[in-house]
Amino acid sequence: MTPQSSLAEALERKRPPMGGFSLTALRLEVRRLLRNPRTMILAIAMPVIFFQAFGRNSAYVHQSAGRGNVTAFAMISVALFGAVFATATGGAMVSIERTLGWSRQLRVTPLSPTAYIAIKMLTSLSLAAGAVGAVYLFGAATGSASMPADLWIITGVCVWIGSLLFSALGLFIGYLLPSENVTQIISVLLMVCSFAGGLFIPVSHFPHTYATLAKFTPLYGLNELVHYPLVGGRFEWVWALNLAVWLGVFVLGAVWQFRRDTARV
Amino acid sequence: MSAVQLCDVHKSFGSVEAVRGVDLTVRPGEVVAFLGPNGAGKTSTIDIVLGLSRPTSGEVKVYGMTPRRAISKGLVSAVMQTGGLLKDLTVAETVQYTSKLFAVSRPVGEVLERAGIASIAGRLVGKCSGGEQQRLRFAMALIPDPALLLLDEPTQGMDVEGRRDFWQVIREDAALGRTVVFATHYLEEADAYADRVVLISKGRIVADGTATEVKALVSGRIIRATLPRAVEVSLRAIPGVDEIEIRGETVLIHSNDTDAVARVLLNETAAHDLEITSRGLEDAFIALTGDAANESTDDRKTAK
Repeated sequence: MTPQSSLAEALERKRPPMGGFSLTALRLEVRRLLRNPRTMILAIAMPVIFFQAFGRNSAYVHQSAGRGNVTAFAMISVALFGAVFATATGGAMVSIERTLGWSRQLRVTPLSPTAYIAIKMLTSLSLAAGAVGAVYLFGAATGSASMPADLWIITGVCVWIGSLLFSALGLFIGYLLPSENVTQIISVLLMVCSFAGGLFIPVSHFPHTYATLAKFTPLYGLNELVHYPLVGGRFEWVWALNLAVWLGVFVLGAVWQFRRDTARV
Repeated sequence: MSAVQLCDVHKSFGSVEAVRGVDLTVRPGEVVAFLGPNGAGKTSTIDIVLGLSRPTSGEVKVYGMTPRRAISKGLVSAVMQTGGLLKDLTVAETVQYTSKLFAVSRPVGEVLERAGIASIAGRLVGKCSGGEQQRLRFAMALIPDPALLLLDEPTQGMDVEGRRDFWQVIREDAALGRTVVFATHYLEEADAYADRVVLISKGRIVADGTATEVKALVSGRIIRATLPRAVEVSLRAIPGVDEIEIRGETVLIHSNDTDAVARVLLNETAAHDLEITSRGLEDAFIALTGDAANESTDDRKTAK
């Protein structure tokens, strides 16, 4: 018998719906993000600063890129950078939570590991929304980025949803490396992927060999795809293939490490 | 139905055998202390009951089901030794977060009140003292109103007063009928708060019974008396004397038949102010978990 109910009643208890997933947990996770100045600066302020520094010179404002100007093109790139940074960092939070013993604490509750991952992914998506929103607002407020209204929405949503690719990478690394330095590792990795994927300088401007190599890196496909609505022209299936392969690699890596973690004792 | 049932449970980590054949049944409503030196296998055993680790062999049932199932129904909760808290949430938010993970839960305010942390509900966990964090872990464990509460070294790092307050709350809780299993290496906690003491050493249960029964496993009692100018040789000649210690005018005599020794002391020597005491849990602990005891762990001593 437990203090508040009889044992017989207790034994009849149900398991929580949706593996223990709740909007309250999600809300509290987002609140944690807002309390962390480092994450906010890196994921939201940094892309805005990059955009200000590299995307808004007058040459770009007056040069057209597909259905908009080059500044709009750069804005999409920088928003993508911010969004993948947010999702990768958000995913990698599992590493810190494992070090703190929070994951272990959660394992003595009904919360299913899948629901936990879902909470983590949605939390990082909300941070990514903040990153995309901040860059787009800045682009609109300064009046320097120009493209049709529907493209603001289409490209913004594509960047936002596409950033889930790096949520999987963040989780993979977060489970792989049990250290608090995981954020630094992610930062370096993202910088390399961003350069190689053409987020700062378009791949078409790369020397031939580098351009060929770039097509095999994880941000190349996603970067080309999110710019496609603006740029138009010929659709290349290699972009989608690149995205699909890397998504597969990161998800399989995350699932593999996650299984190892839950089986671990 | 048993709250916990372990049948011949073994657990190895590589070549290290942490748990070497534990059989244990905990009945609903019992308050059981797991006592043992560091590395005895207490935490490994608790992890198995919590489903955090699978035994290498043997069977575990919690209220007749697998540990994981019992946990997902909110029948079992635990207060962990260390960690397990997010520093950037407040005390109330942590409990609120936890409460949403269970299908049935007690109100957050009530639980904070019972754990004695309602007054610091708005404080960030990172700013709480060790004792406050421990109360928070306890509050989190109370949220599902569990039938079984497992506490792994719950008062580690608390001061004496904090420990007493903590146990006061646990004891009140247990009086209402909750089953409580706690691991500790503070002997006085096991002695004072447990109905039953399970002594573990090197992965095996070496004693199991009430604190009094476990103490009685160590044979003999101690006579303490004032005896000026005591001569060791003549005291040793008294039949039944096992060991003698002379400290100034005080003599301490260990014996299996203290009554006979006391009779001789009072009738034939100048000894006065005589006291007979049984040996404490500490003596039992040392005798049963020390190296000497472990050479013959196969002839297990059990009080029941």
